[in-house]
Amino acid sequence: MAEQVFTNMTNGGPISVYVKDGKIVRVRPLQVPEKELKPWVIKADGKTYSPPKTFRLAPPGHAERNRFEPHNRILYPLKRVDFDPNGERNIQNRGKSGYERISWDEALDIVSGEIKRLTDAYGGSAITGMTSSHHNWGIVGYKMGPFSRFMNMLNYTPVLDNPDSWEGWHWGATHTYGFQWRLGMPEQFDLLEDALQNTEMIVFWSNDPDTTRGTYSGQESAIWRVWLKEKGIKTVFIDPFFNYTAAAMDGTWLPPRPGSDTALAMAIAYVWVTEGLYDKEYVADKTIGFDEFKDYILGISDNGIAKTPEWAEEKSGIPARKIIALAREWASKRTCLSSGCRGGQGSACRTAFGTEWARMMVLLQAMQGLGKPGVSIWGTTMGAPADSNTWFPGYAEPRGQMGKSGVAKHKLSLQNKTKQRLFRLTLPDAILTGKEDFWGDGFCGQTLDQQFVHNLYPMEGHSTVKMFYRYGGSFMGTMSDTNKWVKMYQSPKLEFVVTQDCWYGSETKFADIILPACTNLERNDLGEWAACGGYTTNAHIGNNYRVIVREQKCVEPLGESKADYEILTLLAERLGLKDLYTEGNTEDDWARLFFESSDITKDISWEEFNEKGYYIVPIPDDYKPTPAMRWYYEGRECDTPDTGNSKRGTEKAKELGTYSGKIEFAAESLRQNMPDDMERPIVPHFIPSWEGYKSEVHKKYPLQIIMPHPRFSFHTHYDTHTPWINDIPLHRVEKDGYYWWPVRINPEDAKARNVVEGNIVELYNDRGSVLCIAQVTERVPVGVIHSYGCSSKYDPLVPGKPGATDKAGCVNLLTSSKLVSKHASGMTPNSCLCELRKWEA
Amino acid sequence: MARYGIAVDVEKCTGCHSCFLACKDEHAGNDYPPISVAQPDIGHKWLRLREIEQGTGTKIKVDYIPIMCQHCEKPPCMAPGPEGAVYQRDDGIVIIDPQKAKGCKNIVNSCPYGAIFWNQEKELPQKCTLCAQMIDNGEKTTRCVESCPTGALIFGDLDDPKSEIAKLLVAKAEQVEAFKPKFGTKPTVKYIGLPKLFIAGEVLLSDKPKDCIKGAKVTLKADNQDKVMETNTDFFGDFEFKGLDRNIDYTLIAEYEGYYPQEITIRTYASKNVGELVLRAK
Repeated sequence: MAEQVFTNMTNGGPISVYVKDGKIVRVRPLQVPEKELKPWVIKADGKTYSPPKTFRLAPPGHAERNRFEPHNRILYPLKRVDFDPNGERNIQNRGKSGYERISWDEALDIVSGEIKRLTDAYGGSAITGMTSSHHNWGIVGYKMGPFSRFMNMLNYTPVLDNPDSWEGWHWGATHTYGFQWRLGMPEQFDLLEDALQNTEMIVFWSNDPDTTRGTYSGQESAIWRVWLKEKGIKTVFIDPFFNYTAAAMDGTWLPPRPGSDTALAMAIAYVWVTEGLYDKEYVADKTIGFDEFKDYILGISDNGIAKTPEWAEEKSGIPARKIIALAREWASKRTCLSSGCRGGQGSACRTAFGTEWARMMVLLQAMQGLGKPGVSIWGTTMGAPADSNTWFPGYAEPRGQMGKSGVAKHKLSLQNKTKQRLFRLTLPDAILTGKEDFWGDGFCGQTLDQQFVHNLYPMEGHSTVKMFYRYGGSFMGTMSDTNKWVKMYQSPKLEFVVTQDCWYGSETKFADIILPACTNLERNDLGEWAACGGYTTNAHIGNNYRVIVREQKCVEPLGESKADYEILTLLAERLGLKDLYTEGNTEDDWARLFFESSDITKDISWEEFNEKGYYIVPIPDDYKPTPAMRWYYEGRECDTPDTGNSKRGTEKAKELGTYSGKIEFAAESLRQNMPDDMERPIVPHFIPSWEGYKSEVHKKYPLQIIMPHPRFSFHTHYDTHTPWINDIPLHRVEKDGYYWWPVRINPEDAKARNVVEGNIVELYNDRGSVLCIAQVTERVPVGVIHSYGCSSKYDPLVPGKPGATDKAGCVNLLTSSKLVSKHASGMTPNSCLCELRKWEA
Repeated sequence: MARYGIAVDVEKCTGCHSCFLACKDEHAGNDYPPISVAQPDIGHKWLRLREIEQGTGTKIKVDYIPIMCQHCEKPPCMAPGPEGAVYQRDDGIVIIDPQKAKGCKNIVNSCPYGAIFWNQEKELPQKCTLCAQMIDNGEKTTRCVESCPTGALIFGDLDDPKSEIAKLLVAKAEQVEAFKPKFGTKPTVKYIGLPKLFIAGEVLLSDKPKDCIKGAKVTLKADNQDKVMETNTDFFGDFEFKGLDRNIDYTLIAEYEGYYPQEITIRTYASKNVGELVLRAK
């Protein structure tokens, strides 16, 4: 049979899938004739800049075929061998016992039977469920579509997501400049052109955009940084790890001790205040609370402690003279602050009191006139020219979800009668102790006030949860203090656990029943590259082109795996809810409904879209850039396509999202709601970590470990599911037939522990023990070790035993589950101390 | 007749490994007779990235060098096997014939670049084919080049003066070199900006220990050469000299008006962070 070519999408970019005899033989970046691509042009300094006429996938996207293959796929419905729903459940053996293959009928009967039994006895609130993220791409098949529609139909107790990866921006930066509608990260529109035309220096602070990219934008922005480097723009990298972007751009490296970034930022502010090196007019007109802030910085308040460069040197290890030099240069040049891949994010915000660092990032740029040409907060991964007026649904926005969209007759995701909520980070504690309280509504993207909601579990009139429907299974490698998850799974309070996934994840084998789902290469869907929608509106600006793809079914599902929608439809049928759940629609009917709800129907018919497989949204000939925050700097109404901005188009359109509408050095939202919170005070404070340098724990465990997002996998995805990626020695290293997870350690620290390159070492503290392979490198300073917090595999030496040493590199077994602060519900993986020794089994 | 090659612009390589993965996607599990048979899933690196970390402390550099079959004009891999086991096409591409080379393990060891791998299962030496199956199919690129996000890999006809690769090699002629030219095999893979050694450090003034000293003059002279390199410290007080050769004796002098100059000698066994040079006031 001749080769067929299908179109599809990954979270790292659009692909062409070559199929022969029912098998995928190759996967390439989406092949589009050059004549169909009209690249934008940016002019700067007499030069023109234009992107190549191809698409640049994220590295793992090139291995999509290998991930799809059945190395680690779940192929059949499975039941834990010692689980009997009508007899002995052996809950204590979760994580320990093996599995046996069962039929789909048996599996669906057990799952629907448990749903029915528990709902009848306790109501829908006894059922909880939650998803992992990023395993597939699409609208109809992705997590927020069919799963949300199904679970809300059952009136389940949702588990709220934490704003993970941008904790400090969500819980902190929002109180300085708003952008709650972007969960605290700043708008990025047209900042590429601004940087090429106006920026003279970029300070990358806790940011490795070459690794984290624009989240989903593949490597589209890599060429932008080549241009910036070739232009000779000075770059400074503040990061405990000499990261890949620093290596590529050959920048100056300042490695602060983890947890000291806030002190470093305050010392920069100190230099600016004492030397008058800030934009006084901007501060007077466009900010409030500066005097209160200044008093804290100068030590007029805070018991006379001035935040001098010498004070910051003691905390950070960065020489005072370097801090002063950086501060002066920053103020004398048009400087862009690149504090996370989307402007916000970065390991420094995922620490104890990481809110304070994110707030300081905004305030530093406010002192330099944020929004002035060349003076931005820009991750260097978003901000290409694009048509942002043509709307196409994204999975993260209500209009892109089958439970909420106008295309649904019954908006089931909005009709959940259960008001009880759980929170992802505290879920194990909630299950184990039977009660829990937490602050905020998870993603607080509507108003700042959502952050001040106090949730109690169980909620009056509701049941505690007894069944856990787990979609995905990545958390042993990505959440914190994850031995707690082992304990949770073995708790008799969880009477039933079902997992649905395409691949075996670190949690999969804690389930009673495992349901095999298929990938988006095995079913029809549709989606736009990178444009998740929701709180990251117009995320297509991380790409050089807007690419909307008809995700075509390339091959039959592997084994007995089925599409999520089909699995959930079969369960709904057994519960007598099929008609309500499906509204008579097939998966492809939904796809067409979403297509027809979009703006591109005027440009391409459903038939042509189906046949051709993609549509490229062209950039208008008369495109006019609207650089982020320029409107604020110039005192105009917001003119960017930041459609989540609730003040846009109103009489308050010149304002930011804060209470005052201005940048707040002293946060009015905190003053009015939590004036006595000394862990997130009205004016940002430097608060030493409970587990940082020179803390009490440091005497016993002297190594600070940082665990950023990984370079060659997407969180846990593509890791052990994709043997080709394990063949990259910077990702995993083969030794004696096992693929070990690397930990990077300074030569001095290695020598002191008699460790050499390639040794298997144990990382340990009071919470856990993990084996890794040592990579000895100058890229981390003395006292700091680095290991990505994203192993997809959990491989304990004693299966099912909480605290057992893990071979597979789940370094989050070591991290504390303490939150950013009392009222800031974020995780703190980069506030972790441990020790390391050579492993001698 | 075209003569195909790849140019590697090392300064643009970020070490993303897309090329390595795209090569696997093209070849793992896929036979392209008569050019090649399938690459094993794991272990073969027809294109690999060598990581070069240099320097110490905060003055370090990390580079990645993509290394594949160099498609040499004088391929040493043609010697050990029987007639036709390895052959050079008219377009310059060097191919290991999967039938004639069966069992010839010594072909693996004949490559000084370590670019040939042994397929145990098929008893076959294997390597990069420059995606000859694509070129023969009329494609304009190879899979590694297609995947490269920064344009660090450029494919094309070396003999066509209008091709991107030919123009680039002319434009950057001074930086173009073969990787390990001492092997004498005349590669058609050309490298631009291969990492060299560097010397870096910081200049301080003894009476101003809290200041970074911008604009201090630093000169570097190779003892056996007349050429003197000169630079000024940046706002951090830092300086660096790049593009240095190995095992050369250098004299480095740091100067600042009103201070005694400091002179040190360095032999470049490797790149060196000389640390802080503190100048005393006159």
